[in-house]
Amino acid sequence: MAEVNSGGDDGGKKGKKKRPKKGSTRIDMTPMVDLAFLLLTFFILATTLSKPKTMEIVYPKKPDPLEKPMPVNFKLANTILLGEKDDQVYYYPGKFKLDTTVLEKIDFSKDGIRKLLLDKNKNVNDVVTQLEGQLLNHQINDSTFKSRRSKAKGDSLAPFFIVKTVEKTKYKTVIDLIDEMNIANAAKYAVVDMADAEKVALSKVIKK
Amino acid sequence: MPKIKMPRSSPSLDMTPMVDLAFLLVTFFMLTSKFRATEPVVVDPPSSTSQILLPENVMLITVDTTGRVFFDLTGKDVRRKMLEGMATKYQIGFSEKQYQRFSVMGTFGMPVRDLPNYIDADEKKRVLMDKNAIGVPTDSLHNELADWILQGYGASEIDLGKKGLSDKALKEKRIRYAIKADGMTNYNKVKKVIEIFGTEKIYQFNLITNLKGAAPAVAAK
Repeated sequence: MAEVNSGGDDGGKKGKKKRPKKGSTRIDMTPMVDLAFLLLTFFILATTLSKPKTMEIVYPKKPDPLEKPMPVNFKLANTILLGEKDDQVYYYPGKFKLDTTVLEKIDFSKDGIRKLLLDKNKNVNDVVTQLEGQLLNHQINDSTFKSRRSKAKGDSLAPFFIVKTVEKTKYKTVIDLIDEMNIANAAKYAVVDMADAEKVALSKVIKK
Repeated sequence: MPKIKMPRSSPSLDMTPMVDLAFLLVTFFMLTSKFRATEPVVVDPPSSTSQILLPENVMLITVDTTGRVFFDLTGKDVRRKMLEGMATKYQIGFSEKQYQRFSVMGTFGMPVRDLPNYIDADEKKRVLMDKNAIGVPTDSLHNELADWILQGYGASEIDLGKKGLSDKALKEKRIRYAIKADGMTNYNKVKKVIEIFGTEKIYQFNLITNLKGAAPAVAAK
């Protein structure tokens, strides 16, 4: 019969004792580690771990020419003009009047736009902060929080902000400003084109 | 004096735990991540504090610094249906193979008549074509972007309709519109895209931003 076990015991009584060869149970794992790390590196480099963050924004509809325009309460209006560069940010409250309106220069620092927006939007912001506190303490549930928050933000007496841009305003500036709006919980804002009179006023202030 | 015998230990380590660890990490990355889509343009979006994540089902419009417009849509079947719609509208014939390749492609930015060439091109050629691409035409004479939006929306609605979802689920799954623009792009270029969406009665957008403080995404070559 075929003998497979070559190192087997061929008559154990011959002088030396021959033991069956014991193969080590250990395998060299190094190539496997190499492979695993190669795959690891590949996956780290070739994939994206996190989805990009986004900002949700709703743009106003084009007004229907047949419809009557909604009456605007200019007491609540705040206009922010954005120039070509990101430090050319100007603000005026209420309605634009050619002779009396003074453009106030503001910037993206802590005491600039953020302070202005928080001041203007104080009532809404306080309500939202209070609601957030309640949500954190489990006094209200998520859906109540959301409905109350949107109600507070859409309050008819809440101030609204008009962001006006020129042709060469950078996208980044607009996004920065919208971001500030979100921080101040101001939901009533719109990004529109600048009127010619405002453009003239803006270029005058910039030249100074 | 007897010699001190140094204990002879083997220089090889037990690698098994290391293999375990490495494969655990591999599995983790495989399951949590998805492949980075090749982007024809490098765009560095501005940063914001927003924490909202990009939704699954999304139509992505990329605007680069010079104002070129690129279009992308997720979903294999949806892409195919969209291209079929465009083919009928612009009277361009695509072969079966071209449909298949298009359905797994990523972002593109060219007039629809250049598309067959682009689909047939290999990787290297595409990079070159992307570099010289003029973007999806947005001018009022050849407003192809509006057609892509319309066809993409239609295709996505048909696809969702097949799944037989409830109204609430449908609302969540419905296609969203994302705009990714470089921070240095002039705003009026982005506005142009938004206006085109407006003509299709779409007013709600997701603007893609980096998280403030986070390092900007590694630029693809």
